[in-house]
Amino acid sequence: MEIKIELPHVGESVTEAIIDKWLIKIDEPIKKYDPILEIITDKVSMEIPSPYSGKLISTLVNEGETVKMGNPIAVMEISEQDYKPSVNKNEIPDDSIIGTFSDGANVGPTGGEFLDTSILEIDSNAPAPSTNFDTEDDDSKKYSPIVIRLAKKHGINLNDIKGSGNNGRITKIDVTNYLDKLNIVSKTNDDNNDIINPNPLRKIIAERMKLSFSEIPHAWSSIEIDMTNIKEIIDLNKQKILNQFDLKLTYLPFSAIAVSNSLKENKFLNSSWNNGKIILHKNINLGIAMAGKDGLVVPVIKNSDNLNFLDLCKNLNELTEKARTANLDLSDMKSGTFTLNNTGALGSVIGGAIINHPQAAIVTTESVVRRPIVIENNGKEEVQIRSIMNLCLSFDHRIIDGVEAAIFLQSIKKNLESFDKDYEII
Amino acid sequence: MPVISVIESIKNSLHSEMERDEKIFVLGEDVAARGGVFLATDGLLEKFGIERVIDTPLAESSICGVAIGAAVNGMRPIAEIQFADFVWPAINQIVGEASKVRYGTFGKKTCPITIRIPYGGGVRGGLYHSQSIEVLFAHTPGLKVIAPATPYDAAGLLKSSIRDDDPVVFLEHKKTYRLVKGEVPNSDYSIPIGKAEVKKEGKDITIITYGLMLHYVLQAAEECKNLGINVEVVDLRTLRPIDSETIIDSVNKTGRALIVQEDTKAISVSSEVAAIIAENCFFNLDAPVSRITPIEIPPMPFSPLQEAEYMPSKNNILEGIKRLMEI
Repeated sequence: MEIKIELPHVGESVTEAIIDKWLIKIDEPIKKYDPILEIITDKVSMEIPSPYSGKLISTLVNEGETVKMGNPIAVMEISEQDYKPSVNKNEIPDDSIIGTFSDGANVGPTGGEFLDTSILEIDSNAPAPSTNFDTEDDDSKKYSPIVIRLAKKHGINLNDIKGSGNNGRITKIDVTNYLDKLNIVSKTNDDNNDIINPNPLRKIIAERMKLSFSEIPHAWSSIEIDMTNIKEIIDLNKQKILNQFDLKLTYLPFSAIAVSNSLKENKFLNSSWNNGKIILHKNINLGIAMAGKDGLVVPVIKNSDNLNFLDLCKNLNELTEKARTANLDLSDMKSGTFTLNNTGALGSVIGGAIINHPQAAIVTTESVVRRPIVIENNGKEEVQIRSIMNLCLSFDHRIIDGVEAAIFLQSIKKNLESFDKDYEII
Repeated sequence: MPVISVIESIKNSLHSEMERDEKIFVLGEDVAARGGVFLATDGLLEKFGIERVIDTPLAESSICGVAIGAAVNGMRPIAEIQFADFVWPAINQIVGEASKVRYGTFGKKTCPITIRIPYGGGVRGGLYHSQSIEVLFAHTPGLKVIAPATPYDAAGLLKSSIRDDDPVVFLEHKKTYRLVKGEVPNSDYSIPIGKAEVKKEGKDITIITYGLMLHYVLQAAEECKNLGINVEVVDLRTLRPIDSETIIDSVNKTGRALIVQEDTKAISVSSEVAAIIAENCFFNLDAPVSRITPIEIPPMPFSPLQEAEYMPSKNNILEGIKRLMEI
């Protein structure tokens, strides 16, 4: 029997995905759970498993297309006895719903439980699928080794390219011209500007930023933090940590610990605004904004308030490495409840970050700068050279007012400044 | 830099090499008193005397045999075979003996001979003065086979051949002798054996060729500019050992390969080049490897019309390029 496969809902805050690559061919036999296609959702690409054993009859969507979760993507031939009636349609979340919050933790750019909505009975009244698959023995589909290799390397769907060779065969030059066009669409009349067609990740980042900034009323606050003690701890332990654990000791894990602990006391900072309700998250899952191989990524350290210092360092190190090599998967990215952005690593001293929707706030830790500071010592004021860092908070003013923001910032300040010089990392 | 012909460049190199090394002597039919039928050895007799410039009987086997004997005993002979078409009696000496000296003596002896052989057609030479014989030698391990196309390469490679300690078959295309002129410096330079040269850089298609055909290929490549096709031209220059690296690099870049040769197609230099490409460039190929060669008949025809039809021409090459670019 023939059934329609639908794009499964992979996370409650994700409503659509870009079809990146089909991994199987028409008529190819498939085993249940074999990956059948790759999709790009919010900042990750992931493989979608086949819900049944059988074979692919046709694909209903092209690579590069944006498809809503739950929409049909392919037709499969499966045996009658394998067929299990689909889940209740009522269980499929509506597009307008941001998410379900099963334990308060599944919020974030890509968070959420996998909901198997992949099988629906085929609708005999539905219009015939528009497939552009060609079963005829057609010269235009005979690809040379270099064309196949380039298509694989750049993830191109060769159906998108018009061939200039004999009988419409796609040549290497057609592919390289197509690749050039992907990057630069056209030039404006005055020839002074190049118009760039952004890659899928850039488009997703743009959408997320727009959503957050247009929906969340942002407010900002910042505070100065004296990091002199932490600088001394780092100077003292850097070599040891490197030798013993192959870890580079930085300010970031100190900030992550301080922020996680402050979130415990300031529950509204660890929350989300959802359809007129405030959802307080029980778990503290700290997202760390970092530069990935192809753009911004926000991997998440789950239950960051429960980790000891060294484990947190190891976690951070692992995620940074995965981001650098574009190896983060969905589980690394989902369920974030709060985001820490270490813009100081880039030399920034002040910033107004955009909140990672639908979280309630984001902090940026800025550059640690040596500065003359007035200090009270035995009732007398004196000037000392200290290591000072600005901490900037952007918060959802629907949930938090300036008072809560200030209390939260003071709490982080206290946590960071109370690190003792003799703090033992190991 | 003086502009000279291929034959002048060969003659000049013979003069300068014989001045440089007293062990070098020249032998062959009509090489002394006549100065060679193509005048490649003109003036050598007057300058170096009859002991170093020797007219031989019409006996190619002896010419090569004497040269091999002298070479094994420390001399550096340059043998001339008047026409490639007449080299067959010497095959046993060259393929059967010279190529095996180093191996057969456990490396104790070498055979530093240079056998200059005018070859090739398009000169109304008919059945017995037009043949391409390169593949018989290029197939033989122990020989080095050179086929230069320009005055610069001819001089640089002839000097390397004479100075090489192993037997070298040095093929001179008769039609290039006076047709092809080019700049050749007066300075003493040499070109390494076994190195092809990219004579024209391009990105769309690689043409691999050697000898006279290089010049037709370069003309065709020039005309391709008007068609928006950017041709890369590889001149093999040495047929054994063949420069696989240059071929592979070029075809990996362009994805299309056309081999042009004057010799017939089956079991030829083009067969070897095509195999090298198939073995090494498969994943970069955008079209089948193609060849332009004469038809498979025993000799080059004598009739001018048939000869013109037989020899690959600039137009044949242009058509071949267009055909390959359309695939």
